[in-house]
Amino acid sequence: MNRRDLLKTVGAVAGSTLVARKLEAQEAAGSEPDTMAILVDTTLCVGCQSCEYACVDAHKDAGLEVPEDVDISVERPTSEKQWTVVNRYETEKGEVFRKTQCMHCLTPACASACLTKAMHKTPAGPVAWDVDRCMGCRFCMVSCPFDVPKFEYDSPVPRIQKCTMCWDRVSEGGVPACVEACPTGALTFGKRSELLDEARDRIYHAPDQYLHHIYGENEAGGTGYLYLASVPFEQLGLRTYLADEPYPVYTREFLYGVPVVLTLVPPLLVALHRASKERSVLPSESRKEDER
Amino acid sequence: MIAAADRPALASELRSFVRFILHELKPKRPLITPFNVISGAIVLLGAVLLAIRFTLGLGSITNLSQEYPWGLWIGFDVITGVAFAGGAYVITFMVYILGQEKYHPIVRVTVLNGLLAYLFYAGALLLDLGRPWNVINPIIGNGFGVSSVLFLVAWHFMLYMMAEFLEFSPAVAEWLGWRRVRRVLGSLTVGVVIFGITLSLLHQSGLGALYLMARDKVHPLWYSEFLPIVFLVSSIFAGLSMVIFEGSISQKVFQHRVGRRLHASHDDILVGLGRICGMTMFVYLFLQILVFTHGRRWEYLGTGWGAWYLFEMLGLVAVPAVLFIRGYRNEHIPLIRAAAALTLLGIIVNRLNVSVIAFKWYAPVRYVPSWMEIVVSLSVIAAELWVFRWIVNRMPVLAPSLELVKDEPALEGQTRARIA
Repeated sequence: MNRRDLLKTVGAVAGSTLVARKLEAQEAAGSEPDTMAILVDTTLCVGCQSCEYACVDAHKDAGLEVPEDVDISVERPTSEKQWTVVNRYETEKGEVFRKTQCMHCLTPACASACLTKAMHKTPAGPVAWDVDRCMGCRFCMVSCPFDVPKFEYDSPVPRIQKCTMCWDRVSEGGVPACVEACPTGALTFGKRSELLDEARDRIYHAPDQYLHHIYGENEAGGTGYLYLASVPFEQLGLRTYLADEPYPVYTREFLYGVPVVLTLVPPLLVALHRASKERSVLPSESRKEDER
Repeated sequence: MIAAADRPALASELRSFVRFILHELKPKRPLITPFNVISGAIVLLGAVLLAIRFTLGLGSITNLSQEYPWGLWIGFDVITGVAFAGGAYVITFMVYILGQEKYHPIVRVTVLNGLLAYLFYAGALLLDLGRPWNVINPIIGNGFGVSSVLFLVAWHFMLYMMAEFLEFSPAVAEWLGWRRVRRVLGSLTVGVVIFGITLSLLHQSGLGALYLMARDKVHPLWYSEFLPIVFLVSSIFAGLSMVIFEGSISQKVFQHRVGRRLHASHDDILVGLGRICGMTMFVYLFLQILVFTHGRRWEYLGTGWGAWYLFEMLGLVAVPAVLFIRGYRNEHIPLIRAAAALTLLGIIVNRLNVSVIAFKWYAPVRYVPSWMEIVVSLSVIAAELWVFRWIVNRMPVLAPSLELVKDEPALEGQTRARIA
């Protein structure tokens, strides 16, 4: 091995340990148990859409607009102009309404997909997006198991649009606009651990009224939005087929393999190169030309 | 400091350099040919469409949607294009690491092809970025997203382009007549090749790893945790098939630039490459069978998706693999060419299956690329072919420079006469 290869190998080792350490640090931050969260009790929601309007009102600057001619019989997804939407579902127990928005995962796939950290999990809990970093690659949209991030396809300076859990308000000790606007108490804002206790408490005191499952407790590794319901969650359009592991786990093994390849393959290739060179007794014409 | 006496010499050197470059910039062949007219029209139309795209947004010319954030430009240009460019790392591995001198005559053209493919197809990524001016962020550190596979892929694209440029640079130095520079660059080759192969292993597999988090979105027949290794293994025969395909065309189109050694051994090289392709494809098939049984995918075989999957695996992998082996046994070049074409089609189908066709296979509204997306993709290819032709017609790519210099006066006379 010559000096150049040695230097390269040393550099690769140093670089890769740095990468591995950062990965671990990020995962530790993501699994922080007591981030802020929101509990949605769908048994209390009457579908008044106050949260939708409050959201648009609070984030007009971000370009949100009140939708026109809402046909509530059709399931609407969130959009680049609406971060939260209330849908009506026909279930085995009749009409049930459910609010939908970013789930604010504890270990978000979108944040681990982001190569500039424009999408990031804030220590307080919300998953936020930074306009100055994003390059608009939309890998967050490909990766999000809930298909939450939306992109402004009709703008030359497009943004990623999604619920911020009113990060600006929360950081000043406030409450998200949707929670504040909810007239029936279907939305509760608080520390995630306390909301989980609250949710279990409600199930315990009305075991016939609730499904004995809190959606978001474990789904996709746990989310910042928690749902209670009286009917199976798939009847409310929630994805019950998702894994309970945090989604970044699926790329972790690959990324851990990167430093191994970077450190082991170059010396192996050097050795192979040496071995094949020694074997050929008479170096051919073209090789001479290369190393002249 | 340059001595005063050297200054006039330097100035005249510079003058002759500029004169040389200006002379080389001129077209060497007739400008009005069917290929030039058609590709020129496509590039022109593509440029207009891109102007619209950058003023009105991506939605103005693409069919991308909130459901399908990545379409033809990523699925074909980037993901398929990079697989096709895999020939460079495989050929440099065979020649510089394993010392298989037989393949030396095609190293330069393959590396040039790889370099241009990365420049243009990975460059096409910029067209797809919503905020392309922020593309430097992951490089300058305005957010190092080290937990992102795309971060790895982006850095590797950049580093690998530099590595490939260094691998190709001796040809540039020879073209410019810079002997001392040529010697320095030539001494770097093996080190750069080792670096390049390592990078290629990681980003060829990395393109598959991009879809690991989309486990609920890619159809189970195409999704598995082995996507990275599937992409890596298939990039070997994808790249080599491209070398066979491109080489067969170059032999005819650039006949006047092909060296004696390459001309004499080209068939032999194709047969050898065909054999490697065929064998790698059997390894790939075996890998796919393992993935299939490991993932317990039997239940999906009876569906339409199952038929499409079988078509890909049998029609576009098993069949060309057999053709390759037969072509190798009988030293039948047309058979090897046909197998290469079929393999390339199979790679397009495979990469598009993962990224577009079987992505959100359950979605009620499917993504189909608009004609404008297709035109832009075609214009990227056309522009790449122009640059490739410009370089091959000037630099020692298909033949050692000594041979070309000897032929040069005659050649030059011809072209001058034709232009006049």
